[in-house]
Amino acid sequence: MSNHLKNITLRIWRQAGPNVKGNFENHVIDEITDEASFLEMLDILNDKLVHEGKEAVVFDHDCREGICGTCSLMIDGQAHGPQRGTTACQLHMRQFKSNDTITVEPWRASAFPLIKDLMVDRSAFDRIIESGGFITADTGGAPDANLIPIPKVIADAAMDSAECIGCGACVAACPNGAANLFTGAKIAHLNRLPQGQAERYSRVEAMVETMDEHFGSCTNHGECEAACPKEISIDVIALMHKDYRKAKFSNRKDLARG
Amino acid sequence: MSLTDNLLAKNTVQLDSKIPAGPMADKWNSYKDNMKLVNPNNKRKFKVIVVGTGLAGASAAATLAELGYQVDAFTFHDSARRAHSIAAQGGINGAKNYKGDGDSIHRLFYDTVKGGDFRAREANVHRLAENSIDIIDQMVAQGVPFAREYGGLLDNRSFGGAQVSRTFYARGQTGQQLLLGAYQQFSRQVGLGGIRLFNRTELIDIVVIDGHASGIVVRDLVTGELQSHAAHAVVLATGGYGNAFFLSTNAMACNVTAAWRAHRKGALFANPCYTQIHPTCIPQSDDSQSKLTLMSESLRNDGRVWVPTNPDETRPAHEVPENERDYYLERLYPSFGNLAPRDISSRAAKRLVDKGLGVGPKKNGVYLDFAEAIQRLGREVVEERYGNLFQMYERIAGENPYEQPMRIYPASHYTMGGLWVDYELMTNIPGLYAAGEANFSDHGANRLGASALMQGLSDGYFVLPYTIGNYLAPMLNKAIPGTDHPEFKAAEEAARLRFNGYLAAGGTKSPDFFHRELGKIIWDYCGMERTEQGLEKALSEIPALYEEFKKDLRVTGTGESMNQTLEKAGRVDDFFQLGMLMCHDALDRKESCGGHFRAEYQTDDGEALRDDDNYCHVSAWEWGGDPMKPNLNVEKLEFEEVHLATRSYK
Repeated sequence: MSNHLKNITLRIWRQAGPNVKGNFENHVIDEITDEASFLEMLDILNDKLVHEGKEAVVFDHDCREGICGTCSLMIDGQAHGPQRGTTACQLHMRQFKSNDTITVEPWRASAFPLIKDLMVDRSAFDRIIESGGFITADTGGAPDANLIPIPKVIADAAMDSAECIGCGACVAACPNGAANLFTGAKIAHLNRLPQGQAERYSRVEAMVETMDEHFGSCTNHGECEAACPKEISIDVIALMHKDYRKAKFSNRKDLARG
Repeated sequence: MSLTDNLLAKNTVQLDSKIPAGPMADKWNSYKDNMKLVNPNNKRKFKVIVVGTGLAGASAAATLAELGYQVDAFTFHDSARRAHSIAAQGGINGAKNYKGDGDSIHRLFYDTVKGGDFRAREANVHRLAENSIDIIDQMVAQGVPFAREYGGLLDNRSFGGAQVSRTFYARGQTGQQLLLGAYQQFSRQVGLGGIRLFNRTELIDIVVIDGHASGIVVRDLVTGELQSHAAHAVVLATGGYGNAFFLSTNAMACNVTAAWRAHRKGALFANPCYTQIHPTCIPQSDDSQSKLTLMSESLRNDGRVWVPTNPDETRPAHEVPENERDYYLERLYPSFGNLAPRDISSRAAKRLVDKGLGVGPKKNGVYLDFAEAIQRLGREVVEERYGNLFQMYERIAGENPYEQPMRIYPASHYTMGGLWVDYELMTNIPGLYAAGEANFSDHGANRLGASALMQGLSDGYFVLPYTIGNYLAPMLNKAIPGTDHPEFKAAEEAARLRFNGYLAAGGTKSPDFFHRELGKIIWDYCGMERTEQGLEKALSEIPALYEEFKKDLRVTGTGESMNQTLEKAGRVDDFFQLGMLMCHDALDRKESCGGHFRAEYQTDDGEALRDDDNYCHVSAWEWGGDPMKPNLNVEKLEFEEVHLATRSYK
C-alpha cells in the first residue's frame, strides 16, 4: 500500500553552463507518494518551477526502465543513489523518509564536462567504443549463427559484462575519474567470445589507449563496482590488464614479422 | 455517403507499392537481381542522412557507410546507444528452425500476416521472414551474447502468437544486446570516418525541393542553433508515436516529430489508428506517474494469468483457492492459452477489470503468477530465465514476484501505423525513406512479439542498403541543391518562428500539463476500445485543448541553451496534430482488426470483426493544411498466399 512522504528538501545543483559558476538551490516537496520514482519527483518539481515562471532543472533521462543508461544523478554523494544495483530512474521514494534532505548533483569527472545543471557530456565513452569496442563483421558475410558453438559459461560470462549500460556511474564514483570498469566490461564481453578473437589484442590496445587520453588512472579503489547499477564485477579490469599486457608483446611480435 | 464514395472523392495521391512481379517467395530475390547498382568507387559521391540511431537507424547507417556512402547520422540522445530499441526485452524472431519443430520462412510469414489481422502487405512481410535468418547470423557475428544451450548452440523460446520456438534472446535484455551490437558496428564507422555523428541534435523539418527529399533542418539541443544539412537521400528511423497516449512504455523522449514534419511536407501517414496495447505492463500506481513499465511478454511462457472469480476478493493471492481463480486466457483460448497474441490478451484483461474483477490497491490489474512455474522448474531456473525482470518489478512495485504474483495491465507500447512506404521503404516523397517502427509496412493491425527487433534490423541491414542504391544510381554526377537553396532558408526561418512562438506564448501551463491531458483523451477514446461516439467526442475535445495549448502554454528559459521544456513543447504540438489524425482514422475504419477495436464491430463472443469487403486496405492520409481536414488515400491489399480468414486462437 502506498504511503506519503512529507517535507522533502531537495538540494539541487544548478549551473547555467560549463563556464559559469554553479550553486546549490533548495526546493521543498511538500508531499509525495512513496510509489513515485525519484525522477518522477523531479518531474513534479519541474512542473512546479515552470508554473512559477522559473526554469526547469535540466537532467538526462529517457527509458526509465534502468536500461538506456541516460540518467546520471549523484544522489547524496552516491552515483544513482543509495539502492545497490539500481539506476536513478528505478530508485523509488520508498527508499527515503519524511523530512529528508537529499542532495542531487551531476556526475563530476573531468572527462564528463558539464552541459547544464545535472547534465554532462559523456561522449568520451563513445570515443572508446569507436576506437575498438566492436567486432569487425560487415553486413552480409556472416556464417550460420550455429556454426561456432559457444560454451554456455562463456556466453553467460560475456553477457554479464555486456550488460553495461554506459551510464558513467563508475567514472563518477571513482576518485580518479577512471573509466576502467566501462572499458574493461566491453573488452571482457568481446574478448571472451570466439568471434572476438581475431581483434583481441588490437582491440584492447586501442581501447585502453583511447581511455587513457580521456580518463584518469585506476588505483583499485573498487568504488566503480559498488556504484555500478548492473553490478559488473571488477574482474573485468583484471582481464583487460592481462590482455593489454599480452597485446603489448603479441602485437609487437606480429607486426615485426617480416 | 458510403465509404467508397468517400474514397473516390478523396484519393489525391497516386500510390504505387512497387511490389515486384512473380511468386511470393521469389519477389525479393528478383528485386535484388534487377535493381540498379552504384559502382563501389562512386558510392562516396553520395551523401545519405539517417535520422535516429535505434536498431533500424544504426544498422542502416553502419551498412551504408561500409558500402562506401557518406553518412550523416543524427540523434537527439547524448549517444547513439540510447535509443528505445534498447528497452525491448523478450527476443527476436528468426525462422531458423534450429529446434526442428516445423518452423520455416513460410510459417513466420504466415504467422505475421495472420497476427497482423490481414492488414499488412504480404510481399513486405515475406521479405521480413526471409531476412530474419540473416539477421541472427549477422548479430551473432557482431558478438551479441544470445542465450545458449549447454552444448554451445543457440537457445530458443516461444513467444506470443506462435506455436514454434523461434525466438532468440539474451536474458531479458535482447533489445539492449542487439542495439549495442548495431551501435558498435555504427561506432566503428564513426571511428573510420564513414559516418559523421551529430548527437543531441533533433530533427525539426524535412526539406523537399522539386519533389525530392533534399535534406533536413535540425536543432542543436545544447546551443539551440538551427542548422541545415543537404543530402541525396534521407532516412527517417525515428521510432513510433506511442507517447501520444502520454502514459506508455515508450521512453520519455520518444516522439512523432520527424514523421509528422515529413507528413506535413507531403508524406502520407498510414494507419495511424493501429496502436498496440501490450498486455503485460505494471499498472499505474498514482496520478503523478509519468511512465509505465513493460514486463516482457516472455513471462507468459511460464506465468499464468488469472483474476479471482469474486470481485470482492480481499485475501492475498496465494490464499485464493484454485477453484476461485479464473485463468481466463487458458479458459478462452485453450490452444494458445497464456500465449494468446497481445491485442487479444489485452482486451481480455480490460474486460475483466472493467467488470470489477481487477486486483491490487486500485483494482486496475490482473495477476501473472509464477507459483506453479517455481514449483515445476525450481526457483533457480525461473531466476535464470527472468531474474532481471523480477528484479525490475520488485524495484517498481515494491513487491517480490517470487512470493506473490505480479500485477499487470495493458499499456500503450508500439505503433503499427507510421509513414506510408512502398516496397523499397520509400515514402511517396522520392528520396525520403522510413524504416523500423517509423513506417507502417510489416505488422498490419497488430504486431506479434519479438517482431519489432526483427523488422528494425531487416529494414536497416538488409533492405535499405539495396533499395537506396537503386534510387541513387541514376543521380550519379548530377548536382543536388545545397543548404543555401531558398527552401532550406525558408525551413530554417519557419523553425525559428515556431520555437520563438513557444517561448513567447506567455501562458500559465507547462507542455507536460497539456501532454497529460491530451494523452488522457486519446487513451479514453482512441485506446483499447473505440466507438463512433467516443471518437467524435475526442475530435471535439482535442482541437479545443489544442487552442488552449496555443494560448496558455508556458515555456520558461531561453532558446539559446539546453532547454528540455522547449523541446517538449515542440513534441507535444506535433502530438496534438497526430492525435486528431489517429481519431479520424479510427473513426473512418468501421471495422475491428488487431489493435483497432471498434465496439460496434465485434462477434457474439467479443472478438474483433473485420469487414474485408470495405476495409481490406491501407488508409494513407495526406496532410490537408489543417489537422482536422486530412485527405484519405487507400492502397488495396491483395492476399495471394495467405487466405483471408477469421483470426482464431481458440
